[in-house]
Amino acid sequence: MAEHAPYEFKNPVARWLESRLPILSFTKVHLLDYPTPRNLNYFWTFGAILAVMLVVQIVTGIVLVMHFTPHVDFAFDSIEEIRRDVNYGNIIQKMHQVGASMFFLAVYIHIFRGLYYGSYKPPREVLWMIGVLILLVMMATAFLGYVLPWGQMSFWAAKVITNLFSAIPFFGESIVTWLWGGFSVDNPTLNRFFSLHYLLPFVLVGLVFLHIWALHVPGNNNPIGVEVQSGQDTVSFHPYYTMKDLYGIVVFLLLFAAFMFFAPDYLGHPINYAKADPLVTPTHIVPEWYFLPYYAILRSIPDKLLGVIAMFGSILILFALPWLDTSKVRSANYRPIYRQFFWLLVIDSIILGIVGSNPPEGAWLTIGRIATAYYFLHFLVIVPLVGFLEVPRPVPKSISEAVLPPRSEFRAAE
Amino acid sequence: MSRSISLLAAALLGLMVQLVPALAADEKLPAKDVGFSFEGPFGTFDRAQVQRGYQVYKEVCAACHSMSLMRYRNLGEPGGPEFPPEQVKAIAAEYKVTDGPDAAGNMFERPALPSDAFVKPFPNDNAARAANGGALPTDLSLITKSRAGWSGSLKTLYTTQLIKGMGGPEYVYSVLTGYQDPPPELAAEAPEGKHYNPYFENGHWIGMPPPLTEGGVTYADGTQATVDQMAKDVSAFLAWAGEPKMEERKRIGFQVMVYLLVFAVLLYLVKRRIWGRHEP
Repeated sequence: MAEHAPYEFKNPVARWLESRLPILSFTKVHLLDYPTPRNLNYFWTFGAILAVMLVVQIVTGIVLVMHFTPHVDFAFDSIEEIRRDVNYGNIIQKMHQVGASMFFLAVYIHIFRGLYYGSYKPPREVLWMIGVLILLVMMATAFLGYVLPWGQMSFWAAKVITNLFSAIPFFGESIVTWLWGGFSVDNPTLNRFFSLHYLLPFVLVGLVFLHIWALHVPGNNNPIGVEVQSGQDTVSFHPYYTMKDLYGIVVFLLLFAAFMFFAPDYLGHPINYAKADPLVTPTHIVPEWYFLPYYAILRSIPDKLLGVIAMFGSILILFALPWLDTSKVRSANYRPIYRQFFWLLVIDSIILGIVGSNPPEGAWLTIGRIATAYYFLHFLVIVPLVGFLEVPRPVPKSISEAVLPPRSEFRAAE
Repeated sequence: MSRSISLLAAALLGLMVQLVPALAADEKLPAKDVGFSFEGPFGTFDRAQVQRGYQVYKEVCAACHSMSLMRYRNLGEPGGPEFPPEQVKAIAAEYKVTDGPDAAGNMFERPALPSDAFVKPFPNDNAARAANGGALPTDLSLITKSRAGWSGSLKTLYTTQLIKGMGGPEYVYSVLTGYQDPPPELAAEAPEGKHYNPYFENGHWIGMPPPLTEGGVTYADGTQATVDQMAKDVSAFLAWAGEPKMEERKRIGFQVMVYLLVFAVLLYLVKRRIWGRHEP
């Protein structure tokens, strides 16, 4: 795929540019002619949806920064001024806030799609690992951004999350002081969070570029998990997938708009409409929905340090997944046992989310511990074992055989 | 094998649903449901109601509660009470603000202008606490946004909140109309100067005495000023104050949805046409 077919441009300006910087042929190879498996379903549109969401977040974010004051005395009121006095500010602010939720919704669907269709397996391990890195940076960005409005939950989230680092032996307390820029969550904390919240999205852009680069080397995985073998298996990215992705994007934007315009506060916590007060602790300190499963894992382990390790481990374990999965078959469509466990993992993650939104007491604690144990069991025991024990269903020989049955039957008859 | 795993999963989820109501025992009563005009995707504020609500705020609540995010000009802006400009000026002029320093370096008092923020009842938080038995009367700018009327069980979380909103205005209404005699087992432990209100967020005991009394204000439009009516009106006013651009949001939202819907249909047809070349 790295071999560019030499394109002959008729326009002399294009030829002039092309001989100095082959950006036109690059665009043509990677955005227009890029051969894409013909059988991708709508779960594959989430990559494009995520690219759009990143742009939405960056554009709305840049506009918000024009009106935001990163200071403990003014941050909360400046967000309110955006909602009240900036032209369309109420909508831009909600687009950014609800957009973060939608970004995570899309990224989780994207990740579970990868888990189901085995997109992490050779030769796409690096692609997958860059993806996990993107998730981590996204989470950091979302957390930093959540602190900026300086509401009650913003402040206490900052306090709880930065305090996690105090679990590090010997240096914990010093690290927390260093992160805060003082001896409590205060103005220096808000300022550095703001700075980093503006920086990390551009790191994300870079990582996304690497992610797409790593995608374009082996090409897309696809629902049957069989590599592309001939031109018959693929269609050009444009217009086939540009149009399919665009349709997927607009349908996703409908959901986004529905939340943003008609239930803008549903995905947040009302208490974050109260200004941060270091003297008043909210009854329940709960993160946004997209962090709830990790929060449940953190709180299900009685030891603080082990809890923090488990929480980060729940994501870091994904780095090892390509080597934990022992099955040669990619797509869960042909893996009857793994498919069941895949759905159990989905259910387990949802249960962890529900547990995370409730106080860690009584039955919730028990459920949380079982669900946490199961989460790690899935990756560390079930996935390696099922790969050995399962008898996969017969896999089609090629994409065209799988999706163009009449023609392949005809050929078989020959 | 696969069947048994599915069954196990179903059983687990079932167990969760069973457990949830038992676990979600919340001390606070859920807010009373009020059919406000601004609910739903097309709901708008009832101008007359929001105007009456402002009157209740001004004549009753404003004695103790500030609204630091509001300016008098907001009262005349589209999407709210929409008082005519002269009336907004007249309302503002009823208040005195300290301005300055003037050319001689002195601070001076002048009547408030529409561009001024709502004048606060107390010069600072400590003065407010001192005048209210140690409790700080909450700033009401965002009271309907920062309180949830209903929370707890999965059902409220996934249906009521999604359809009826977070219930902030209903919370305000419920607290205002929720004063009652404490149940006998609690009466003995009543804290000094506190009142029993099962809808109040921080425990049952609220520092604020029942603020509304029958006929406490005299409505210009002749509406009967019952406690219930005043509570509804002021909740509607505070709902508007919490998000003065709500009507704009819903209006643009509707336009966006229609646009995206049409765009989606067109894109689907284009996509099908293009893929038709390849797919038999």
